[in-house]
Formats: sequence, C-alpha cells, structure tokens
Amino acid sequence: MSENAIKLPDAEQLVAVLTAQMRPHVTPQTALVGIVTGGAWLAERLHRELGLVLPCGTLDASFYRDDFQEKGLKRGVRRSEIPFDVEDRELILVDDVLYTGRTIRAAINELFDYGRPASIRLAALVDRGGRELPVAAQFVGAVIDVPAQLSIELQRAADGRLSLALTPATNQDRAG
Amino acid sequence: MFLARNPQLNSNGELHHLLSTEGLPREILTQILDTAASFTGVTQREVKKVPLLRGKAIFNLFFEASTRTRTTFEIAAKRLSADVINLAINVSSQSKGESVLDTVANLSAMQADMFIVRHSESGAPHLIARHVSPEIHVINAGDGRHAHPTQGLLDMYTIRHYKKDFTKLVVAIVGDVLHSRVARSQIHALTTLGVPEVRVIGPKTLLPSHVDKLGVHVYHDISKGLKDVDVVMTLRLQNERMQGSFLPSPQEFFKLYGLNAEKLALAKPDAIVLHPGPMNRGVEIDSTVADGRQSVILPQVTFGIAIRMAVMSILAGN
Repeated sequence: MSENAIKLPDAEQLVAVLTAQMRPHVTPQTALVGIVTGGAWLAERLHRELGLVLPCGTLDASFYRDDFQEKGLKRGVRRSEIPFDVEDRELILVDDVLYTGRTIRAAINELFDYGRPASIRLAALVDRGGRELPVAAQFVGAVIDVPAQLSIELQRAADGRLSLALTPATNQDRAG
Repeated sequence: MFLARNPQLNSNGELHHLLSTEGLPREILTQILDTAASFTGVTQREVKKVPLLRGKAIFNLFFEASTRTRTTFEIAAKRLSADVINLAINVSSQSKGESVLDTVANLSAMQADMFIVRHSESGAPHLIARHVSPEIHVINAGDGRHAHPTQGLLDMYTIRHYKKDFTKLVVAIVGDVLHSRVARSQIHALTTLGVPEVRVIGPKTLLPSHVDKLGVHVYHDISKGLKDVDVVMTLRLQNERMQGSFLPSPQEFFKLYGLNAEKLALAKPDAIVLHPGPMNRGVEIDSTVADGRQSVILPQVTFGIAIRMAVMSILAGN
C-alpha cells in the first residue's frame, strides 16, 4: 500500500467529531493538555470550540521517554507549560495521533510531577492502532489503519486549518 | 582530505565530551542553550526532577576545590535522577601518589557513566577523555587557565535570555583575562554564536599576549572599552593563580578596572552585568553594581543548573 492509495479523513471534520464527543463530558473545571506539536495545536482548537475557561497546557514529554537510551535526546525539546494547578484537576490529554501508547505513558508520568490530578482522559484525532502499552483513548476522531512504514502527521496552515498527511516513517515514529 | 577530529565529538559529529567551547559548531552551542531552556520549567514544579538519567552514575572528580561548581553539577545531576558520587581527590588517593589516570581507571571499573572533572592543570580533562572507555562521557568543570565551558555556556544562556539576539551585541570582558579559563570559554562561545564585537579590557599584565588573535578588541582604558556596550562580563581577580607582581594591589586594580556605577554608566543604559562568582566585592566589582538593577549575577546561578542538566542529558544520549 503506497502513500497515494490511502485516503485520509479531513482533519477539520474530525475536529468537529471530537468536539461533539467531548462536549457532554467537560465542565468549567476541565483542563486540556496538548502534546507538542500536533497535540498542542489540536488542544488549542478544542479549547476554543468547547469554550473552556482554564488556559491550555502544553507538554513535551521528551525527558520521560523510554527510548532515550537508544535515540538520545531529540533536538528542539520544548519547555512544558502547565498554567494551572494540576492537583485534583480533571485533565484531558490531547494528541494528534495515538499509536504505540509510549508517548502517552511518558506524558502521564510527567503530569504527575506537577501534582495528583483527579482524573486524566485521552483525546486523539486519529487512532491508528499498533498499541504496545495498555492505553486507550476516551475520545477519538477516527480509527485509521496505516501500514507501519508510513507515518501520519498533523499539519497546520497559516490560516489555522488543520490537515492530515502521510509521510515515510522514520525510526522516531514507533515512539507515538 | 584528512581532518583532525575534534576530541569532543563522536563519529556522527555529536557531542560526546564537553571539554571546551573552542571548536564547537554554533549548532551544538545552540542545541545546548535550547535544551537548557526546556529544563527551566522543571524546577518550578512540585517534583523538581525528571527521570532521564535514572540509574546513571555520575562522578564529580574535583582535583581542585570548588564548592559552588561542584554543587551546581550535583544539583543538575540529581534533577536528572542520576546517582552522584562526589570525590575530592586532593584529599584522597592523589595524596597517596596515585596518578590521575589510575584514579580514573579505578572509578571506571566501578561502572561510571560520566566524569565531571575540575583540575588545576590545563588539559587534565582532555587527558582523561582520551583514556576512558568509549561509553564514558567527560565534562570539563574547569581546568587551569584553559577552559570552563559550562560557565561560558551559562553566560551565553544569560545573555540570550536578556538580549535575545547575539548578532547585534557589543560585549566587554573586564579584568584578569590572563588567568581566566572563564574568559577563554566566553570568547570562543561569543564569537561562534555571532557576536560582532567582543572587547577585552584590562591591564597589559593581565591580558594574554596574543589575545587579539582570538578576534577580540583590546582596551587598556576601561572608560573607552565600556562605551556603549550591551553586556559587561566581569571576571574574578584570581589571586590564587598569581605568582609575582601582576598588579600593584587589589585597591589599585579596583580604582582602575573595578566596575562601579560611574564606569557602568558609560555602557548602554540597558546593559547587563555578569560575574562568574565568587565575587571579590570592592576588587573587580563594587557592591552597588553587584546588587544593582543591571546585575544578572544571581540569575546566572539559576541558569547554570539548567545548562548543566542540558549538557549532561545531551552527552548521555549521544
């Protein structure tokens, strides 16, 4: 199966699907935490669509990854920003593509170093299967089957519109 | 064509040891500064550490006493969850006649992953780096008059934090450049990061004879040297490294080169003042300046921890 043979859904439609799923389950106390970079873009969008009060957090869980031994520290690690008190908070972790579950494991570990949240749920624009850890998302835009040699990437245009693209997988990709 | 390989880099051109800022490409310096920036958030959290270097053994090998530098390396390593072993070598095996390399071989046999080395002899960390097994990393924490790269890097971090862009700055380094490993590390880093004008200011006796070969402008008159600079980097007067008469007296030095409010007024109004510590107040810097609004001396200490976390985590991953 080549890159051209796979039809990817429209990311904007998936945002609408995700928003509708999440709306009944968020309260003014709910906070979103987006995983850089795609998840952070998505969290920003969902934050606006859902009209949430608390500012969005962003997380780069590179310092918690389990592949540091093999791959070292990636270039351009971003500073995590959690602009609210995590203690007793209802959190929704947001990522663009859910794959092995390893990024989510790292992100949950990092969140607990900010405090003890009341709960953490997971929202993903795309679930492509391939889990290597017992991780499941409560909110999913679409489930897509994509061969391992390809990677799904969220892109953001200058006008803020989100779209999905397929790129050849690098060895970083089994990370997701 | 054969190029002599930089002993700090591995075959992929990645940083394997940090021995000096000299000869490191701008890309690597910037990578260290950027990584340090991402660590600054860690210390503001409930849990002030990340698990990156869990299970790694980092040895602080201090052949020359330095409480502050050793402590900042120790804090940085602990914030990365590494195990830290502090060894003040001058009071242990060395006094029994063991050589540096024997000490290092013994510690390597104890499954060390990284050595942080401070030594009064220039080149000691290079010697160690050449002889350790390939999976061990060495960080120079100051060797003789040669280099103190993490200090130079934390100074660069501080400058970038306050001034954003290196490529428009005039930076002055004031004082005892001759004995200063810090000054050498600063000069190499500043020029590599694209600072267009680096000045060194000091008496002839305290400037190295060919310092202009490093691409800096030399001033003996501080009132000319400080004119319109953006950054003033003061240096500690290294009394303990001086033998013979480099200057008449500390009082005389303060009069001519000590940074006071009057001299600082010659710099740009928003100029920042750095000092690597520990300060000799009333010798190279006046208290009104050290504690004044333009001083960034305490932020330097805070940033130093993030820089050392960045260096250790980059090395450990390469």
